[in-house]
Amino acid sequence: MIFGRRKKMQQAAHGRSLFSDALRRLRSNKAALASIGVLGFIVVAVVVGPWLSPHNYFAQDYGAIWVAPTTTDAHWFGTDGLGRDLFVRALEGGRISLMIGFVATLVSLVIGVAYGATAGYAGGRVDGVMMRIVDILYAMPFLFFVILLMVFFGRNILLIFVAIGAINWLDMARIVRGQTLALKQQPFIEAARMSGAPAVSIIARHIVPNLLGVVAVYITLTIPQVILFESFLSFLGLGVAEPATSWGALIKDGADEMNRAPWLLIVPAVFLAATLFCFNFIGDGLRDALDPKDR
Amino acid sequence: MLSYALRRLLGAIPTLFILLTLAFVMMRAAPGGPFDADRELPPQVRANLEAKYPLDEPLYQQYGRYIWDIAHFDFGPSFQYRDTSVNDLIASGFPVSLKLGAASLAFALIFGIPLGMLAALRQNRPADYGAMAIAMLGISIPNFVLAPLMILVLAVYNDWLPAGGLGGWQNYVMPVLALGTAMMAYVARLARGSTIEVMRSNYIRTARAKGLSAARVVWVHALPAALTPIVSFLGPAAAGIITGSVVIETIFGIPGLGQFFVQGALNRDYTLVMGVVLFYGILIVAFNLAVDLLYGWLDPRVSY
Amino acid sequence: MFFVALSITACSSDESEKFPVKSTPEIREDGSTVLRRGNGAEPESLDPHQARSVPAANVLRDLYSGLVQISPSGAIESADAESWEIGDEERVYTFKLRDDLRWSNGEPLTAQDYVYSLRRSVDPVTGSPYAQLHAAIINAKAIIAGDKPPQALGVRAVDDRTLEITLTAPTPYFLGTLAHSISYPVYRPAVEEYGAAFSQPGNAVTNGAYRMESWRVNSMIALERNPEYWGDDETSIGRVEFYPITNQNSALSRYQAGELDWATTVPISRLETIKKHIPAQLHAEPTLGVYYYGLNVKRPPFKDAPELRQALSMAIDRRTIVDKITRGDEIPAHGWIPPVVEGYAGAQFEWAKLSDSKREAKARELYKKAGYSEDKPLTVEIRYNSGEGNKKIASVIAAMWRSVLGAEVTLRNEEWKVFLDSVRQGTDTEVYRLAWIGDYNDPNTFFELMNSKFGLNGTGYASAEYDRLQEKQAHMPDGPERMKTMKKAESVLLADSPIIPIYFYVSKYLIKDYVKGFEGNPLDSYYSKDLSIEP
Repeated sequence: MIFGRRKKMQQAAHGRSLFSDALRRLRSNKAALASIGVLGFIVVAVVVGPWLSPHNYFAQDYGAIWVAPTTTDAHWFGTDGLGRDLFVRALEGGRISLMIGFVATLVSLVIGVAYGATAGYAGGRVDGVMMRIVDILYAMPFLFFVILLMVFFGRNILLIFVAIGAINWLDMARIVRGQTLALKQQPFIEAARMSGAPAVSIIARHIVPNLLGVVAVYITLTIPQVILFESFLSFLGLGVAEPATSWGALIKDGADEMNRAPWLLIVPAVFLAATLFCFNFIGDGLRDALDPKDR
Repeated sequence: MLSYALRRLLGAIPTLFILLTLAFVMMRAAPGGPFDADRELPPQVRANLEAKYPLDEPLYQQYGRYIWDIAHFDFGPSFQYRDTSVNDLIASGFPVSLKLGAASLAFALIFGIPLGMLAALRQNRPADYGAMAIAMLGISIPNFVLAPLMILVLAVYNDWLPAGGLGGWQNYVMPVLALGTAMMAYVARLARGSTIEVMRSNYIRTARAKGLSAARVVWVHALPAALTPIVSFLGPAAAGIITGSVVIETIFGIPGLGQFFVQGALNRDYTLVMGVVLFYGILIVAFNLAVDLLYGWLDPRVSY
Repeated sequence: MFFVALSITACSSDESEKFPVKSTPEIREDGSTVLRRGNGAEPESLDPHQARSVPAANVLRDLYSGLVQISPSGAIESADAESWEIGDEERVYTFKLRDDLRWSNGEPLTAQDYVYSLRRSVDPVTGSPYAQLHAAIINAKAIIAGDKPPQALGVRAVDDRTLEITLTAPTPYFLGTLAHSISYPVYRPAVEEYGAAFSQPGNAVTNGAYRMESWRVNSMIALERNPEYWGDDETSIGRVEFYPITNQNSALSRYQAGELDWATTVPISRLETIKKHIPAQLHAEPTLGVYYYGLNVKRPPFKDAPELRQALSMAIDRRTIVDKITRGDEIPAHGWIPPVVEGYAGAQFEWAKLSDSKREAKARELYKKAGYSEDKPLTVEIRYNSGEGNKKIASVIAAMWRSVLGAEVTLRNEEWKVFLDSVRQGTDTEVYRLAWIGDYNDPNTFFELMNSKFGLNGTGYASAEYDRLQEKQAHMPDGPERMKTMKKAESVLLADSPIIPIYFYVSKYLIKDYVKGFEGNPLDSYYSKDLSIEP
């Protein structure tokens, strides 16, 4: 479930030198560093792994149903109820889950930053109207939106997550707007405005780059939310279409069959939990590192 | 303050109106209707049914009729549960969701805040990593995995708690744990972040410099300030959690509101969906108002 | 907690797996027993004329009593009617009602109540989904279509205890439709006073073995024994509770934890374990249902292409699907009528007995004959509604069509209502998945579906010969003549292959040992009054 996050980030407008500071602080955060390592490993495994196995993710083998993890016939993580190899499926599912996470986050980021920066920069009545729209959308139950999207785009999971990203930008818009309001008062923006630069270029050149810190934190916290949300949709039976799969879909199937074949649950659950763990630790580390008061 | 609250509530009416209109348009745009079923209806019977629940009228007329009824607090009959009205369904589901949601929130706050503060006070030390690892576990395990596991261990293999249904307080233990764990994790992380921030602020430094005991600094001076972001998070989160969780409700057989969002949309139960969407919208507005008022109370500098 | 729990389940999955099932019936202080039934989903309505789902029918069967009922083993037997005569060339049914019929509030139940209720069931204002089940009664069709008033229905109360129903033509299965909930009587004063809410606790007045006690949506429906019921002396169980549990694993957990005496669904992945540990509690009953693929014959590639349709049907190895995919002891379907249907041994595909290789060779032959080949393969789309089982079956059938025929198959899943809408419109469907569950125990309930005038047939199949045969058998007296006609109709259908039957359903229940009196029947019609709890 995606909760609204209304925590207002404090100003991060302290120029570029902040980033080297932040990087230094991030390096001293062991949990975040370890998380980056683990996450990197998972991403590589997911991309490369499927080629290491003799199996593919959709071939069914009725002679090898519910095989426990074994080295014979290279079923390293066992097989499922249709005799499909779990090693390949888990990695294949990881590709989809991570892709979904990135795509939806990217979409919500683009919309949220553009919208929030515009509203914050314009200020006044435009800001009032734009934020009123956000308020209205906030009052709409997210789940209801998503189910109707599933109904409309039922066939294409990626499209659905583009759509989810497109309705999940509200938090981002609010945060960015707050930041922009603060940035607007800064002398260098004033100067740019005085020199007659158009608003669009001020937003693109001066405001957005200064939001990077907030944005980075937001990305690392949103990706795991989206991945988790995909698994929730799978629980409702609205997830990825067969034979393609995702961690969420695998966990859902695994949870149904956990007494018969526990590896079907354990393997994808460990992958998912590890990934979410890493993203969250990195996010927290980034937030700590980017906090300007910490010096 | 009263006039402020009133103004806010009146200002919410257009918001809710737009919300309803959006929901109406989206529901009607979705393919399929409430009377599509695996045993398809003979055309004549379908026509009869559509005439009975005026679905054969032009859309604008249905919309007008619907808004008119809503203005009289009548959500109409449910399309799926033919024998009941949407009002009755919400009235029977809400108390259950409220109980479950409030208990989960309480659980999340009682454990989440100390956990987060502990982590903050020991930043980047083992206790921090440990506390955050516990918190993240809560976020990282989907509750549709956690819930059946709990049932298996606590109800099937051992006879400690009921496996589902609605009865005494025992029936709420597992659902509250399953629902509250993720929430607790969010609270813990917010508490950690804001405590770190607060502990570095000038007035805490001053308090420390004055030689106040560490406990006093934390509990009397830092805690209230650290709570403010949690309060603003609680607004929408509370509205979300007390309108139910479809996962927890289906697994534990709890008759809350959460299932209505999903069932309503999937069954094309137009009236039920509109009812719960509006109800949710009202709660969001009310909770946001409550949060803002609470802010004023926590931070006297805010004025209306 | 998570990993502890995981390791516990991991340990439990080896050979010595524990499968605890708590077996203590609920007996109240006054000594009366309680039956706790899992009931799938929440009933959409408990108005007998509005209900359409199986869960609703389960509850209604306990609440109401019709003219006839289904015995535990599936036979039609007397209920509110103690006897009946069929006269005027099998067109006029005269029912003699019992003399002690009363509603649950003590008011007498008379033939007039039945007249009112049958009229209500076909009245367009009621909007009954099953109104057509009464189509055989004089004027019923015209009333449903709104061309005649409900009073025109061929139903008459001769006196308080005598009910006369007149049909347009002899209808061998008519008696069976009277056990269906669409034929139950409803209490007129309650209907008129409370409208849609007449089925609610406090308002509901019923005539069955139980009366409505409480109803909480998505939680439980509780019924208490009705002392006014004509058969109350034979009733044993004092209270029945229906729990709507959609999640199969939750239902099993609650069954194991001793919270249910009867679970209606069994997760397939646990079937093996259940068979090993509690075989006596598992009941698998072949039922009147067929899972099939429909082919849209209004559009290419299936328009005017019976060879292609046959080839696709032939290329499916149903045995593998049943053994490896559904794994619930389903019966491979080589005909359209489930074998459990009473008094009818159905026609079969002529190739049903062939070996796999011969069958596949023949399928390829027909595929070629239809004008397809390796260079010019068929491209076809299977459409199904999102759901575990459908998804697996669709991917297996796609694989079979690919490997046997070389067809290029794509899958398309749609959300349930979108799917139903697509099938109904039929403008872009090619192959779609559906199921049909019989309403009464007679082949006609299956034959009727494929009649072009019945209106529920998404394939668009319209064969004048089939329609003629179907209508003919529907109005013939039971006997060898009718049997011959039915077989001919089924052969025509199978040769034309607008549908590809895949398998016949088998219902699976878990019932505790202490629940006595359960017998399987193909209609899945079980009355709590026929059961008892003996610890």
